[in-house]
Amino acid sequence: MNSLTETRFAYGEALLELGTQRSEVVVLDADLYKSTRTVLFRDAFPHRFFDLGISEADMVSTAAGMAASGLIPYCNTFAMFITGVCYMPIRTQIAYPSLPVKLIGSSCGLTQGPDGASHQSLEDVALMRALPQMIVVSPADDIETRQATFALADWPGPAYMRLGRYPTPRLFGADYHFEVGKAKRLRDGNEVVIFASGHTVAKALAAAEDLARDGVEAGVVNVSTIKPLDEALVKDAASQAVLVVTVEEHSIIGGLGSAVAECLAETRPAAPLLRLGVRDCFGESGLADELLEKHGLQPKGIRASIIQRLALSS
Amino acid sequence: MASQSQIISLRRHAADLRLRIVRMMGVGKAHHFGGSLSAADIITALYFYKMRYNPADPQWPDRDRFIMSKGHSVPAQYAALAKLGVFPLEELNTLKSLGSRLQGHPAMHLTPGIEGCTGALGEGLSFANGVALAARLQERTCRVYCLMGDGELHEGQVWEAAMTSAKRCLDNLVAIVDRNRLKAMDATECGKVLDPLAARWTSFGWAVKEVDGHDMAALSDALDWTDGQVHQPSMIIANTVKGKGVSFMAGQAAYHNASITDEQYRQAVAELDLALQEQTQ
Repeated sequence: MNSLTETRFAYGEALLELGTQRSEVVVLDADLYKSTRTVLFRDAFPHRFFDLGISEADMVSTAAGMAASGLIPYCNTFAMFITGVCYMPIRTQIAYPSLPVKLIGSSCGLTQGPDGASHQSLEDVALMRALPQMIVVSPADDIETRQATFALADWPGPAYMRLGRYPTPRLFGADYHFEVGKAKRLRDGNEVVIFASGHTVAKALAAAEDLARDGVEAGVVNVSTIKPLDEALVKDAASQAVLVVTVEEHSIIGGLGSAVAECLAETRPAAPLLRLGVRDCFGESGLADELLEKHGLQPKGIRASIIQRLALSS
Repeated sequence: MASQSQIISLRRHAADLRLRIVRMMGVGKAHHFGGSLSAADIITALYFYKMRYNPADPQWPDRDRFIMSKGHSVPAQYAALAKLGVFPLEELNTLKSLGSRLQGHPAMHLTPGIEGCTGALGEGLSFANGVALAARLQERTCRVYCLMGDGELHEGQVWEAAMTSAKRCLDNLVAIVDRNRLKAMDATECGKVLDPLAARWTSFGWAVKEVDGHDMAALSDALDWTDGQVHQPSMIIANTVKGKGVSFMAGQAAYHNASITDEQYRQAVAELDLALQEQTQ
């Protein structure tokens, strides 16, 4: 693996570049601009940057008004706050009229780390996925984050993008093309298929390598758009598998695991499904890697869960 | 400043608006009579006097914007838009029925002339700030008007927005509070304290004027006064009567959202019709 980067850094740089290309892009933040990395945009385009202070709901409603006037607002704060504090204005003022507000949830998931349960978003995908007209994007590395940042500006409706502060390896080449609604096979293998998104994609790939040494052929699919789900690819990838696995840094209720389960259960008698993620509990303070390990989301834990499940079904 | 003949015409429009509000709500279905009737004069003053608006082109980029933050009172706005010809008057009769463009709360993507989606209280002023900030960025001279209920001021987001408006010196923004002193169940002072309301808005950095919200001359003067406010947003506290114009509804929280009988409907229409005839003479 190569050097590690945090997706929030790639976002900050892409947003700055987007600002030079699109004059209708404006950026709002709620007193976290150094952490969310919108500081780069702020310094370059102070007249198009709005720090509204510590008032997240006010921020997203303000963004709705701007979007209704022809601007493309990117709203920024921690994933927990932008989805949790702001659910109602997002629902009524943004999703309902399908305004092109881009909601960027930074420092997502368990890897938010030491701040603990209050700051660790483990239900954000569930909340946003339930909203009609909302799309949910969870990029896996810096290249994909950069492309998604640009793609969202072209997407005509509202969007939620989940970003992290966890150093993660680069998975894609410069020629990679992100497209809203398209998942991508990153590793072939038909016995087990692993669907992952965000930080867990690299973990799933590492687990699949280990599994290969165990004689288990595991494919890995990067589901960077959790909604709309790439149902065709999900069904196809799962068609030969004896075990379908989802890995997410999120509650197993309402996130990627639920999306894949809903898709497969409605369409075909599928292989057994193993949902790896946070099992209906809150987070806690700790280092990001410790928390991932505790919840079985490091390569070692993913591999062990899969081996255990395969043994059960054989 | 509105001329005497304009004032007379505005009173007539307001009387007609009230009659149309009650007619579109009709008999036996729950509707928000109280707040729609208390806001009728304010909405008349905005659409028929103050706002720069072209009914033939409700998307005209330089139009003034009206954000109905107290979304449940949108029937009053529907009546004004229909009177202006933004959509047919007959469509008012479809209010809240299945398939209608006239939803129970404002839906900007469905109804011509509606500028934002509201309904959950407390969110409209932030939205209006966004419209005002966008207008400034786009160098448009349009003005943004936002109507809130006084009960709505219980919502914390209103005060977040109030601080944003003042911080950004939004002198293209005018907020109006329909101060009818009643919320859904009872008095606005039950549950929370709003007074001294004008002093609170002043302390938040707003230019504040308090008027009789049923006095067309006072309302139009107050709206003109907001044009002269520089580097700060304007607040008009319009003292009103909930259910204004229908004797058995006036000052009664019970008609916040209620259905009325045949007999009540006939009485309400008779009273409002008489009021309209008085204005027409």
